[in-house]
Amino acid sequence: MSTAAPAPAARLRRIAGKLLSAVLVLLVAASITFFVQLLLPGDRATVILNIRNGRDQQWPAEEIAAINHQFGFDRPLIVQYLDYLAGLLRGDLGTSYTEFRPVTAVIGAQLLPTVVLTVGALVVAWLIAVTVTLLTVRRGRILGGIGAAFEAFTASLPHYWVGMLLLVAFAVQIPIFPVIGGDTPAGTVLPVLTLAVPLSGFLGQVLREEFHKVLDQPFITTARTRGMSDAAVRLRHALRHAVLPGITLSGWALGALVSGSVIAESIYGRPGIGQVLVTAVNNRDVPTVAGIVLVVAAVYIVANVLVDLAYTLVDPRLRIS
Amino acid sequence: MTAGTTGIAAPAPATEIPAPLVRVEGLRIRFGAREVVRGVSFTVEPGRCLAIVGESGSGKSVTARTLVGLTGHGAEVTAERIEFAGHDLQRLGERAWRSIRGREIGYVLQDALVSLDQLRRVGDEVAEPLRVHKRGTRAERAAAAVELLAAVGVPEPQVRARQRPYELSGGLRQRALIASAIALDPPLLIADEPTTALDVSVQAQVLDLLAEAKERGRALIMISHDLSVVARMADHVAVMRQGEIVEQGPAEQVLHRPQHPYTRALLDAVPSEHTRGQRLVRPAAGQPVVRRERAPIDRSRPVLDARGLTKVYTGPDEVVRTVVDDVSFQLYPGETLGIVGESGSGKTTTARMALALLEPTAGEVLLHGEPWTALTRAQRRSRRRRIGVVYQDPLSSFDPRWSVGRLLVDALSTGPRPPASAEEARARTVRLLDQVGLSPERFDAAPLRLSGGERQRVAIARALAPEPEVIVCDEPVSALDVSIQAQVLDLLTDLQDELGVSYLFISHDLGVIHHMSDRILVMKDGRVVEQGDADEVFERPQHPYTQQLLTALPRLAAA
Amino acid sequence: MTVLARSSSVALGRLPRPGTVLAGGFVALVVLAAVAPGLLTSDTPTQIDLTNALAPPSWEHPFGTDEAGRDLLTRVIHGTGLSLGIGLGATGVSMALAIVLGAAAALAGGVVDTLITRLLEVTFAFPSLLAALLIVAVFGPSVTTSIVAVGVGSMPGYARMVRGQVLAVKESGYIEAAHALGHRPWRVFRQHLLPNAMRPLVAVVTLGVGQSIVWASSLAFLGLGVPPPSPEWGALLDAGRGYITTSWWLAIMPGLVIVLFAVAVTSLGRTLQQRLEGAAR
Repeated sequence: MSTAAPAPAARLRRIAGKLLSAVLVLLVAASITFFVQLLLPGDRATVILNIRNGRDQQWPAEEIAAINHQFGFDRPLIVQYLDYLAGLLRGDLGTSYTEFRPVTAVIGAQLLPTVVLTVGALVVAWLIAVTVTLLTVRRGRILGGIGAAFEAFTASLPHYWVGMLLLVAFAVQIPIFPVIGGDTPAGTVLPVLTLAVPLSGFLGQVLREEFHKVLDQPFITTARTRGMSDAAVRLRHALRHAVLPGITLSGWALGALVSGSVIAESIYGRPGIGQVLVTAVNNRDVPTVAGIVLVVAAVYIVANVLVDLAYTLVDPRLRIS
Repeated sequence: MTAGTTGIAAPAPATEIPAPLVRVEGLRIRFGAREVVRGVSFTVEPGRCLAIVGESGSGKSVTARTLVGLTGHGAEVTAERIEFAGHDLQRLGERAWRSIRGREIGYVLQDALVSLDQLRRVGDEVAEPLRVHKRGTRAERAAAAVELLAAVGVPEPQVRARQRPYELSGGLRQRALIASAIALDPPLLIADEPTTALDVSVQAQVLDLLAEAKERGRALIMISHDLSVVARMADHVAVMRQGEIVEQGPAEQVLHRPQHPYTRALLDAVPSEHTRGQRLVRPAAGQPVVRRERAPIDRSRPVLDARGLTKVYTGPDEVVRTVVDDVSFQLYPGETLGIVGESGSGKTTTARMALALLEPTAGEVLLHGEPWTALTRAQRRSRRRRIGVVYQDPLSSFDPRWSVGRLLVDALSTGPRPPASAEEARARTVRLLDQVGLSPERFDAAPLRLSGGERQRVAIARALAPEPEVIVCDEPVSALDVSIQAQVLDLLTDLQDELGVSYLFISHDLGVIHHMSDRILVMKDGRVVEQGDADEVFERPQHPYTQQLLTALPRLAAA
Repeated sequence: MTVLARSSSVALGRLPRPGTVLAGGFVALVVLAAVAPGLLTSDTPTQIDLTNALAPPSWEHPFGTDEAGRDLLTRVIHGTGLSLGIGLGATGVSMALAIVLGAAAALAGGVVDTLITRLLEVTFAFPSLLAALLIVAVFGPSVTTSIVAVGVGSMPGYARMVRGQVLAVKESGYIEAAHALGHRPWRVFRQHLLPNAMRPLVAVVTLGVGQSIVWASSLAFLGLGVPPPSPEWGALLDAGRGYITTSWWLAIMPGLVIVLFAVAVTSLGRTLQQRLEGAAR
């Protein structure tokens, strides 16, 4: 039971293990995106020519052959697969069917605005959730009920609805913010809120439930018997315990935020990978879609490793096991 | 020992009985329509210990919490008088209460694993009362925490202060919790079940610590369900039942010459070496005390024969742990073999191997001289009915969708004479219910709606249904109040006399083990350190560990 | 302490709360609209009235009218069937996949469990909407694609839940007790494991239908779901969002119906969950 401080070697091994499994997950994710591209119904070269020319017809053999050669479809599948993986290592996500240039170039500059949007939303959501919970949990039936109802309602709101509502309210009816804001600071406020409001409801529910559990724990009673005030008990003891499950969920939430950013970017005409993605899906530009999905998966995996490490900072118990 | 690190000079020890520090008169507490405390009065003087004893729901903890103004949400407290050091506590505001808590009254809860904040350092937790009451600088408080830990006998206090509570052993944790309660050296200490969930050896150390505070002239209120723990500490004992104090007086008088029938029943119900061979539930007035007539045990052929049982686990960290190490025992027909040991000694793992629910790494168990654990699962299935089991938590062993009747009918169907018709099944189930002292109406009840004692009776009935020769009882009464425990133990004894079933009886409670067992196995760290006739082991323990356990065991003197 | 807990559990009666009644009423209305839209409105969803185009909400047209003067409420009512169908279909797809994968992992254990858990871990890296978009990109937008895309996209979460649930029941005391009585594994599976593991899923399915409708309408909102002339809820959003700065009701009102349905279904699901947990413990 009484162990000394955990050996740093064990901690390093744990982190190394996490990274290794992250790389494996990424490899499988890449394989999935590769094979999904093969599912495209019909001959791929024909599909590409149809997409590029906006027609639906049979194409002469030499044009088909040219496309097959250009994209390497004439090579054996396994070679294509290994080539794809090797390309990934060099940072090559393949070639767009429609834009005649590498997918990385298509995505490139669009990544940063989306990262700003999602991270901003995550921070704002946490701020809202912690504030609402701290102010309302166990503050009597009415206040607690209002807090819980607010969270339950906002948590079920679809992103597009929040987005349109904010747009109509604060850009059209009361024009505080621009309707199409690009990636300017003023234009970022409404998209961030669009993503943050539903997430804050979700995090708030988790936080509230945990707070309820924690406030019933004997160590909270112990703190009170030492003469601590209610506010101090909440901030110094309860909060730290209550945020733990929320932190784990934040990794998951990043995924939901990326989904939401596709919608928010579409509503506010904000540059970002969401915009590129919707255009690509409309054009059935599968390599671009697959490339974006893979990049998001990679970001998600890295973010979850980070969340994992953040968790051990807040909860030292995990450093041992 | 001094804990005067905070600058409060300790008052001189009292020579004669001083004026009361706490005076409570006519205390009533209600939650909505439920009155949980009904007119309770007591006093506590400096340097003395009042023990409030009662079973769950008696209102003892609520009473104690009221003294620090933490009765609970929605509680309505009225009293003729609640005084502390001559001050009326009744209409105190929250701010005034806060200045009393921790400074004037220290509070110790049970099991420090949950009563200390696991995410904070032990030193910060211990020094928290100092911070709350604005004593000293951060550095001074840190130093005071180390001093306090040293004062309560925590070795390497500097190191421990920087660790988190879960890194400390149970005993050290509980000491740290006490260190925190005495940080400001309050004149009154309240300890609510301070030793529950601790192993006996640790329990003794913690009680010594509280006794030291009493020696220094601090008043002590101890809340406990355990009469033997109280016997060691209290000057004055109050017995609570359903919100009322049924009897109070000097400890010696209450524990040895109890006046109230409830106190007497409670004292009788405590199993120990003195209760062997007699019932724990006192017979109704006028009925004679019947001593148990024990048929001689035929030790020629064991019903259960464990040979060199060993269980080794490899953890995820690749550390190999031997949980059970070369354990051998024989259980004979109609006999009770007790396995006793502290937590982590391998008792339950042994039981699970005896039940063939866990594959031994080495060794085997024979049932009736035939292979048991060595069989394949399919081969074992037809013999399973010969060995039943009763768990500590019966509720989790019942399918939540099933009624009592369905559980028992299901168990009957696995026996040697499965019921041929629904009527027969019902009739035999009602007979089983009767056998374990439950009324036939319980047939349709959901186990969730039963009390703890009733649930354990259902569990016993289920174990009996397939007519087994052996029942493995794994801590069957550990979650029960002492009076319910007495009923269940009496039931088990009666059933053994009636049916001749053998028990492999597992418990951490030495009193229960001594009361129930013919022979005893003492386990420590997965090994059997001592084994033999129950009286023999208890009266002349050979192994130092057994001796240490028995010395630490708090007991009531012979009644 | 114990006294407190007991009295509060007694106070929690078996009467449904007003919120639950309201939610149940709304869901019943939606189901009625799906089965028999004619009972709720006498108008047809395609009735064009150009003199009354883009009229804001009024008593006559509670949700307003669209660019062709069609009554929006009527269109919402007539779109209910398809929307609900997509929601149920997608939930069916995801639950079926989730039960197969989750239960297989929990019951088989060992290598199978490791493989499936790893696979699920990978699929978690694909956010639901993105996974759905990838499928739409490959197969092109249609009702079937929406069902499959949303179903596959939301599968990982359910699979993990099913695995956890089956595992919890598998390792519960009553399963061990049944084995200790000498029951055959098949009987233990059928009598104890299956019903106890599947019971909480009833609530999960309820919650899932709401979520599926939200995801499917999100696809449609992006122009990648059911295409516009259809009165399906998502398609109405898609058609209406072009007018968002001038005639807000065209997208906001169908959105409101989806929100209310999601909130109602979620609240019913949670109530159900609490009931089931209360009965189990």
